[in-house]
Amino acid sequence: MRTARLRVRRGSAGDPAVHYDEFAVPFDDGATVLDGLIWLRTHRDPSLTIRYSCINANVCKECTIAIDGSVAYACMTPLSAERVMTLDPLPGKPHLRDLVSETRPPREKLE
Amino acid sequence: MTHLDTDILIVGAGGAGMYAALAAVRNGAERVLLVDKSLVGRGGATVMAQMTVAAALAAESPDDPELHLADTLAAGRGLCDETLAAALCEDAPARIREMAEWRVGWACRDDGRIAQVIAPGHSRPRCCYVDFLNTGPAVAATLRRQVGRIATIRRVSNLAVTDLVTADGEAAGAVALDLAAGEPVTIAAKATVIAAGGLTRIYRRSSASANMGGDGYALALAAGAELVDMEFVQFFPIGHLAPRLVGMDPIMWDPFRYKLGGRLLNGAGNEFLAAYGSDEAGAYTTPRDLATYAITKEVEAGRGSPHGGVYLSFEHVPRAALDAAFGPVILRLARHGIDLARAPVEVSPIAHYHMGGVRIDERMASRVPGLFAAGEAAGGANGANRLSGNAIPEALVFGERAGRFAAIHAGRRSAAAWPQGAGAEAVAQIRRLADGRDGVASPAARLDELRGLMQAEVGPFRHAAGLERALTRLRAMRAELPDLAIVAGRACNPSLADWFELRAGLIAAEAVTAAALARRESRGAHQREDFPETDRAWGRGRVVRMARDGTISAGLER
Ligand SMILES: Cc1cc2nc3c(=O)[nH]c(=O)nc-3n(C[C@H](O)[C@H](O)[C@H](O)COP(=O)(O)OP(=O)(O)OC[C@H]3O[C@@H](n4cnc5c(N)ncnc54)[C@H](O)[C@@H]3O)c2cc1C
Ligand code: FES
Repeated sequence: MRTARLRVRRGSAGDPAVHYDEFAVPFDDGATVLDGLIWLRTHRDPSLTIRYSCINANVCKECTIAIDGSVAYACMTPLSAERVMTLDPLPGKPHLRDLVSETRPPREKLE
Repeated sequence: MTHLDTDILIVGAGGAGMYAALAAVRNGAERVLLVDKSLVGRGGATVMAQMTVAAALAAESPDDPELHLADTLAAGRGLCDETLAAALCEDAPARIREMAEWRVGWACRDDGRIAQVIAPGHSRPRCCYVDFLNTGPAVAATLRRQVGRIATIRRVSNLAVTDLVTADGEAAGAVALDLAAGEPVTIAAKATVIAAGGLTRIYRRSSASANMGGDGYALALAAGAELVDMEFVQFFPIGHLAPRLVGMDPIMWDPFRYKLGGRLLNGAGNEFLAAYGSDEAGAYTTPRDLATYAITKEVEAGRGSPHGGVYLSFEHVPRAALDAAFGPVILRLARHGIDLARAPVEVSPIAHYHMGGVRIDERMASRVPGLFAAGEAAGGANGANRLSGNAIPEALVFGERAGRFAAIHAGRRSAAAWPQGAGAEAVAQIRRLADGRDGVASPAARLDELRGLMQAEVGPFRHAAGLERALTRLRAMRAELPDLAIVAGRACNPSLADWFELRAGLIAAEAVTAAALARRESRGAHQREDFPETDRAWGRGRVVRMARDGTISAGLER
């Protein structure tokens, strides 16, 4: 087991200041950023808001976020013990909460 | 509060739900509401399937739905509901051809006919596919496109149905949680179709997406419908375990073993299948249940691989043979640092599909008038064991039927039977939870415990003591639901969604466990260590019901 450090954007769209929480995540070789985030939700902070569906298949594309400033799939990016990774919601989409932004096709919304 | 009114409510937008929506419109429904807790067409198993779809098209060699049915019944170990299995086999060719007209892109032979390959359990080449390993994504994208063309199908993503509403014993609609806003939504419907998929996510080791936690079964039970064959969870013996591999179907090692053999080795690097009565001698001949048993026992005896499975090795296969058989896959594996010529992978039994589900007739109608079910959420067609390639056709065929018969049902009603104040308790529940509260544990932690418990005690091999332990704990966890901690807040509050997922998962898990305890024999996917023989007396499907007070009872004859 090694330890990854994740700096995760927290809060909602309307918050006055942007803030990040830093977490330590134990991981096995090959574990992904999504694995780390699911572990955090289970063992550290159930309020952490993330979006994902297929977990292993890389077909739903719901886990797209910004990792160290570049758009990437959380489920395809390996965790690293070497450096702190900064996670932000997908840029260019309305931010909802934590790592989740509004990515639904417009015609699939309730309103 | 948002209130929606529709002719047909479809819960879940995988292959079954999307096909149901199309069929409902085709059969006269004026308004269809297709909702999914994830995104329409992306959240469930359909988009993840990489292998094949069975249908007696007779494109490669003479074939007939009767022959497909015979194979389906044989795989089902005497337990298939023959009417449903026959419907699946008879309608499958029409659905596959319709998908072809909608340009799904089935792989074709040189003469333009749809290519069909042989798959385990089929007596002839019957299975179509979309290249490259793209069957599920192509099916999902095609249906999404068709559904998107029809203005009378209203699609809503990120809407999780939490409760069905009945009035005078008939389906009247539902209450749902708008995940983005954290607000309840009520939905009046003349007919409702449960197409919410399976339950394999309640197992630690599974091929499931996040949205396959058994919601459909829990919704149906609570609404007064019956479930059937719930004890039959299909475990795939050599699912991928390690190294971590994303983007590949975890059951991908099956075709590898068919083509290249491969050796199963325990943690010490020794072959072990022979000790359990299977001598492979290079060919892949071990039956699935025996492989699952042998792997489980090696791990229990402390002879497992580092991650708790066994090794699957192709190190003895020449690199050229690997490349020739699976070139593109070998390349993808290399990107994950996996070189089959140099190192083994770790595999283990994983929960992959659920045979059981809502008990329905050939119109896909449950015993609750106006409540239909389709796809993996429906039970009976596959009996004790599913034939490979039968699940996608089940979703398409049953989806089409459910949409059609739901439309006919709705056509006879002038309005939904939505009484004043219907669903009020479910609405209040959502609001109460959103207020937040302290508690003994988070629903996310309990979901994790649920998966571990089901894997340990209600896996492929079961015995009374373990099943009873599981049942006791599941009931305690269900009783503790009101005492769990919920983070306060409405918009995008994952804690709310977790709580509802847990409530449904516990009900589905209890249905599986109670049914497994009741069936005192071994058959297909249900293997009892304390009752290892198949017993003719158990040759019929058994049903699960929920009483008004929430008590779940199992084992009643169909
Ligand atoms: C990795 C994998 C590979 C497979 N490969 C094959 C194969 O090669 N061939 C084959 O025949 N079968 C295969 N299967 C099985 C097959 O894919 C499924 O049985 C089938 O797709 C089920 O379709 P469905 O529409 O019933 O459910 P799904 O496609 O699972 O859709 C159900 C939908 O319901 C939604 N939902 C759930 N609960 C709620 C709720 N409360 N409110 C609103 N929405 C909800 C989910 O988000 C989901 O989108 C595979 C399965 C997996 C997991
Ligand atoms: S979780 Fe589905 S693509 Fe990443």
